[in-house]
This record gives sequence, C-alpha cells and structure tokens, in this order.
Amino acid sequence: MAESLERIIPREGYDLHLIHTKKFKTIHLSLKFTSKLTRENITKRALLPYILQQGTENYPTAIQLRQHLDELYGTVLAVDSSKKGENHILNIRLELPNEQYIAGSQDLLDKGIAFLREVIYQPKLVNQGFDPKIVAREKETLRSKMESLKEDKISFANTRLIEEMCNEEAYRLRVHGYEEDLDKITAEDLYAYYQQILNQDHLDIFAVGDIEGLYVEGKITELVDEREQQPIEKGKKVASANEQTLIEKDDIKQAKLHFGYRTNITFDDEDYPALHVFNGLFGGFPSSKLFMNVREKHSLAYYAASRIESHKGLMFVFSGIGPEQYEKAKEIILEQMEEMRNGEFTDNELSETKEMTINQLRETLDNPHGMIELHYQSVLAQSSITPKELLEKVNTVTKEQVMNVANKVKLDTIYLLTSKEAEQSEA
Amino acid sequence: MKHKHYQQIEENIYADTLSNGLRVFILPKQEMAKTFAIFTTDYGSIDQSFVPLNEQDLQTVPDGIAHFLEHKLFEKEDRDVFQDFSKLGASANAFTSFTKTAYLFSATSKIKESLQTLVDFVQNPYFSEQSVEKEKGIIAQEIRMYDDQPDWRAFFGTIKSLYHHHPVQIDIAGTVESIHNITKDDLYTCYRTFYHPNNMALFIAGNVDPEETMAFIKNNQDQKDFEAPAPITRKFPDEPKEVAEKEVTITMPVSVPKALVGIKESVIPKDPKEFMEKEWLMDIVLDHLFSKSGVAYERLYEAGLIDQSFSSESHLERNFGFSIIGGNTKDPEKLAQAIKQELLNLQTTSMDQQGFERIKRKKIGQILRAMNSLEFIANQYTHYQLLGIDFFESIEWLENLTHADMQDFTKNWINEEQLSTCFVKANE
Repeated sequence: MAESLERIIPREGYDLHLIHTKKFKTIHLSLKFTSKLTRENITKRALLPYILQQGTENYPTAIQLRQHLDELYGTVLAVDSSKKGENHILNIRLELPNEQYIAGSQDLLDKGIAFLREVIYQPKLVNQGFDPKIVAREKETLRSKMESLKEDKISFANTRLIEEMCNEEAYRLRVHGYEEDLDKITAEDLYAYYQQILNQDHLDIFAVGDIEGLYVEGKITELVDEREQQPIEKGKKVASANEQTLIEKDDIKQAKLHFGYRTNITFDDEDYPALHVFNGLFGGFPSSKLFMNVREKHSLAYYAASRIESHKGLMFVFSGIGPEQYEKAKEIILEQMEEMRNGEFTDNELSETKEMTINQLRETLDNPHGMIELHYQSVLAQSSITPKELLEKVNTVTKEQVMNVANKVKLDTIYLLTSKEAEQSEA
Repeated sequence: MKHKHYQQIEENIYADTLSNGLRVFILPKQEMAKTFAIFTTDYGSIDQSFVPLNEQDLQTVPDGIAHFLEHKLFEKEDRDVFQDFSKLGASANAFTSFTKTAYLFSATSKIKESLQTLVDFVQNPYFSEQSVEKEKGIIAQEIRMYDDQPDWRAFFGTIKSLYHHHPVQIDIAGTVESIHNITKDDLYTCYRTFYHPNNMALFIAGNVDPEETMAFIKNNQDQKDFEAPAPITRKFPDEPKEVAEKEVTITMPVSVPKALVGIKESVIPKDPKEFMEKEWLMDIVLDHLFSKSGVAYERLYEAGLIDQSFSSESHLERNFGFSIIGGNTKDPEKLAQAIKQELLNLQTTSMDQQGFERIKRKKIGQILRAMNSLEFIANQYTHYQLLGIDFFESIEWLENLTHADMQDFTKNWINEEQLSTCFVKANE
C-alpha cells in the first residue's frame, strides 16, 4: 500500500490533521465540532446543518450560494450532524478539485477556503440571529426528515431498540432531534448556541489530498477565528446488561427482529481488532454465520447481519423476518452466538474473515471520506493507533482471542417490531 | 498492447484486443490499495429479439432473461461463485441494465486469483433445468420487492408512458409471469450469442502492473476455444416520435405522492462526437433548470412544490434516450405542470453565456471528483467504449462546447408531444 502520511499538529484552539496522498484528484477540508450528546441541545445541532447551507452575508440565498460553488468547478459544500458513542459531531466539509488537473483555473484552494470561512463565520443574519424565515422553513425540512425516518422500518426499529436499551444513557438520543423541540427554538437562540459551538466545542480540522507544497497549514490559520480547544469526554461503558425483550406493533408485513449486545470493547481496547474479526465471522459479511444460517440455510430472513459500535462498546444484530418466524429466528440467531462462544468456526473461515476485514479497511482508505473517518476514530477514542497498525493487529488475531471476545459479549435487549395481526406467545 | 497517456487528468490506459475479440483495458493506479475489475457484455434487458449465433432466423426470448442469466452464472454444479471470492478475501457483485450485463469484484490482495475467478466463472456457464426452476422463486421475490418500492415503480411507470414498442419499457427483471417461461435452452442460446468475447470488454483499474496483467489475461484466453467472432443481428421495433401515453397514475401506499415528467428523445446521433455532445447538452440544460443551483429548482422550492427528493436524470443509448425529472410533492398535478412549462419555455428563454460557462465548469469539476473512484472510471470508460467513444478524450469535447451550441440545441430539444407524466398516489 502506498503510504499516506498523517501529521497531527495541535494548534491554539484546534487540532490540525494533514494527510498528504496522491490517491485523489480533489482536496478535502473537514471541520468536526465535537461535543457531549445532550437532550437540551440535540435538536438545535440537528437543525444547524440545514440553516448553514441556506445563505451567507455575501451569498444571501441558497441559489446564490450554490451557483458560487459551481463557479469553483463544482466544489461541494456539505454540512451534517452525526453521533459517535456519546458525542455529537457537527461536520462542515468542502471538496475542491485540485487545480493541477484543470487548465486555466487559479487560486481555487484560496477561494474555497475564503468561501468556507464565510459559510462558518458569516451566515445570513437578521438582527442578532439567523434569518427567521430560513429558520422557519428549515424546521419544516427537518420535521419531514424526522417523519420519513418512521417510514424506514429498519432504522426505526434500531432507534427504538437503542432508546430502550440505553434509556439511562446519552446514547439513547435521536440524532435528528425531537419534533416537540422545534417550536421552542428561536432564530436568536439558535445563533447564540451556534456561537457556543464555534467557541467551545472540541474542534478537529482535516485536510486530505495532494497537498504538499500548498501551504495548507498557514491557510487554515486564516480560516479559524481565535477559540479555546476543549477536551473530548469519553462515553461511559455500562457493564450490566438488561436482559429484556420488547415487542411493538406497526402497520408492516415484514417483521424486524433486532438484538442489542454490550461488547464493552471500544476502539482503544486491546480486544478491538479481535472484535472486528469476531463480527466478521458472526454477521459482518455475506459469508458470515448469520447470513448463511438465518437466510441461506433456513430461508427465514431477507437480511441478517451484525454491526459493531466502536465508541460505546455495543453490537447490533438486524434481521427482517416473517412475523410468524419470530421464535425460530430468535433461536437460530442465539445459536450462532453460542457457536461463536464455543469456537465453532474453522481455521480457514478465520483466516478468510481476517483477509476480508483487512480488505475492507484498506478499501476504506482508498476513499477520502473513509480516510478521514478512520483517522477520526482514533481522535474520539484518544488512541494513538494508526489505521496501518490496526490492520497489522487484525492480521495477528487468533481463534482464542475471538472466542474470548465472544464470551465478553452480553445480550442486553431483544426488540421485535411486528405486524398488527401477529400473535405472540411471549410478551 | 497500446498505451495512451491523458495529460490533463494524468491517467494512463493500456488497451488490447485479443485474438478472440475480447477488449481489455488496464488503468494502473499504484497509489491505491485496491483493484477493481469489471467484465461487461454488450447485452441487456432490451436485447430480446436477435438472430442466435450460427442461426438464420430471428428469435424473441422472454422478458427479464438477461437478468435471469446474470443470476444463474454465479451458480455452478458444485458451488456458488460468491464463496470463491469470499475465500480470496474479495467482494464480488453483478448488475444488469437496459444495455449491459456486468460482473465485478474489488480486492486488495490475491488480484490474479480473483481475476481468474472472474473471467473463468463468466466463461463457464452451468445451467440445469432444476437450478433454473429454483431461481424462478428467488427472482420472483426480487421482483415483488421492487413492486413495493415507490421510486422504482415511478421510474418504470414514466418509461412505460414514453414508449409504445421499444423494449426499454419492460422491467429489467421481467415479470413473475414472463420469467416463468424461461428454460435452460433459452439461457444457453442467449449466452452463446452475447457472451462471446467479441461482444465483451474487461476493465481492470487499480494497484496492478499493466504488462503482467495483460499477459495473464491473454494467457487465460489462449487456453479457451471460442467460435469465430461474428456480428450480432439485433432487432428493435419502430418507435414513433411521440409518447405512448401523456399521463399514467400508479396507485400504491405512499405517504407523500410523486410526480415525474419524462422526455423522450427521437434523434440519436450516430457520430460518436455528436452523440456525446448531445448527452453533455442534455445534462447541462437539465442542470441549469433542476439542480440545486438551478433556476427552476429555486422557483419550485419557493412555491413549496418540491423537497429534498427532487432530482433529474438522463439516459442516452444507441437506440433510445430519455430524461426523467421529479420527486415527492404535496401537489402532483401542479408540479408536473410547472416542470413541463419550464421545459417548454426553453425554446424562448434559455440560459445566458455566463450561466452556461458556470455549469460547464461544474461538470468538469464533477468528473474530476468522480474520478477518485476506480468504480466510476471503470464503469464510465466501459460504457462509452461500447458506444465507440473514448471517455477521457470526450472531456475535451465538453470543454469545447460553446454557448451557441447550447442555443442551437435548446431551440429544437423539447416538444409537447415528447413529454409525459407519471403520478404515484395512495389509494383514496
């Protein structure tokens, strides 16, 4: 693998991550504002990405803002919010073509950074707040987003599972916020809170691309106003598992059977590479136990897979089943976990899974977003492990380590979203 | 083997046509960890009526057979090929479109083994009556899954409204009834005709050595026997200029209704450069109106007629072409009317010089950005290669388009008779 070097430079007010690579024809700038998840602020943080893309002082309407991006050779501005562990991240990013590939283009990076600065520090204001008309309309956009999430039954079931499983932990909070908060948010409050993010969140800035000799370090200094860097708070692990089953009904034909486990293994743990391999064998790939048994062998599900959460130490199993197949599917899924605990997988399966896991991680590094996200995982975990070291560790995982992980994983909550007609023997 | 260096974008293509007719393209990119390979046949859902290899008479096969064949190629007498790729740590996939069927993998190690697996499994079919019957149930499930997807239904509903006879209007996977009639012999007939190396292209992009890889493929092909290459006769019905139905409505459970407007192309340029220019111009004009920086987009958004789902897309192929514009809306009739009006107004009020240059810039930047992806490069290059166009060269044609070209184009592009509307609504 060709080396992509990351340099981390702690600056006054933020950490700068420079990743020089010749893989891409674009330059990527990404600002990640990180703060603790709180019920009080979650809806505001979910609303801000919509507002920031609607206009600035010099480009006061969405179309003017978008047309300016077109002028910069289709530069992409994206603002979104997400949660990782018990942190909320407001992400503002810009993707510019590298001007060495465009005849006649000049100062694209400078123009891009100037524009990014305007989006961040000079949003369209009316008096002491955002433009109230924009805020009112974007509240509706967010409201319809919340609404449409109810139509995506997989995501809805996963949200409900997490709410019940983590009902006393910040991780329960919905990333898109809560409808009942929307009416209370004013254009002034929202702007005041945004100032708080700019000044008081933890900030990481990533610059990725063929950036050697482009003086990115100095340019970023001009991008960011004076601020104070804050530490990142790590999420709390919860050792005890609830051991609960929850059944809810909805107007659906295919039932969703989801499981929530506590691995208590996070990105910075010794066991983390083995957890990756465990997940690969259990449910991460089409060749995994869940897919092969629940779907292929017993034809019970249209999908059956597992996914790990790296900063809180959780694992989720997802499956879509016929409502009448609940008991059978549950039994088979639990059986697969037992087999993992007993080490019922071959050396071949282990080495193939390691290879697929490594492939997947290496392919992630062939994509600019993937590269940033993987590096950011270490930031959140306050770990110094590089992606390359992670790959090497995955390669040395043994059967005993995988079984050891399997025995640490504790089932917390079984969640079934089923049809209104379905009869249940268990409540 | 020919080597071509494209200076502006700093890419290299190594190309060769082997003695059996197979076209092989290699784009080395040593910086990447990954290699992506795609093996494509110039055969898709529209290729229903043709003269089978070594026969004289035209034959018409059941709807959905190209897609059915794609599924069946993965199944061998003793195993499923997906597992072969898993064993190599690679991930494989396949797709069928209107005009192509493609098999692909990506991997970061054991590239030669995966390449051999790819080429060998596609070139060694195993179809049995029993496995064909079994597949009918699985594909029927897939078709029913699509039946539940409002966006897919709306897309095909629009295409159906545009065409009287052309087979682009049949669903790519066929229908539960049509696939029921597929036999093992039908599959072999299609396979022999369309999977001849002469009708196929292999594109390999990523962390590979071009000489070594080309020699490896050549050696693999030299060990296999194929019949002499022969041109394939395909038959397409005559298609009127005007749309088949001005308006169709699909009823299914949706929480927000949809409105889509379709534009049917009647003139498809034969000359590669003219073809490509037409495609760029369609794209530029739709962008000018309906992208997020588009003038019509702003009007429709301000009027509360559209949301984030609103989009437009174009398809131009050898013998058909269409565009589709629309999305979710509270007022489907009003949205459809507004979109049509925007299109019809093009004849009198098109974009100004500055707007045209701006969108051209955006397109050039978009292509560059997309080229970060090996998948994009391989798919696009193959797509245009099969149409006789060098995609990398065509970027220069885009740069050279003028405002006057665009004005000429919009003068004649849209006529009322080429437009249709498809609504998706919930049952009252």
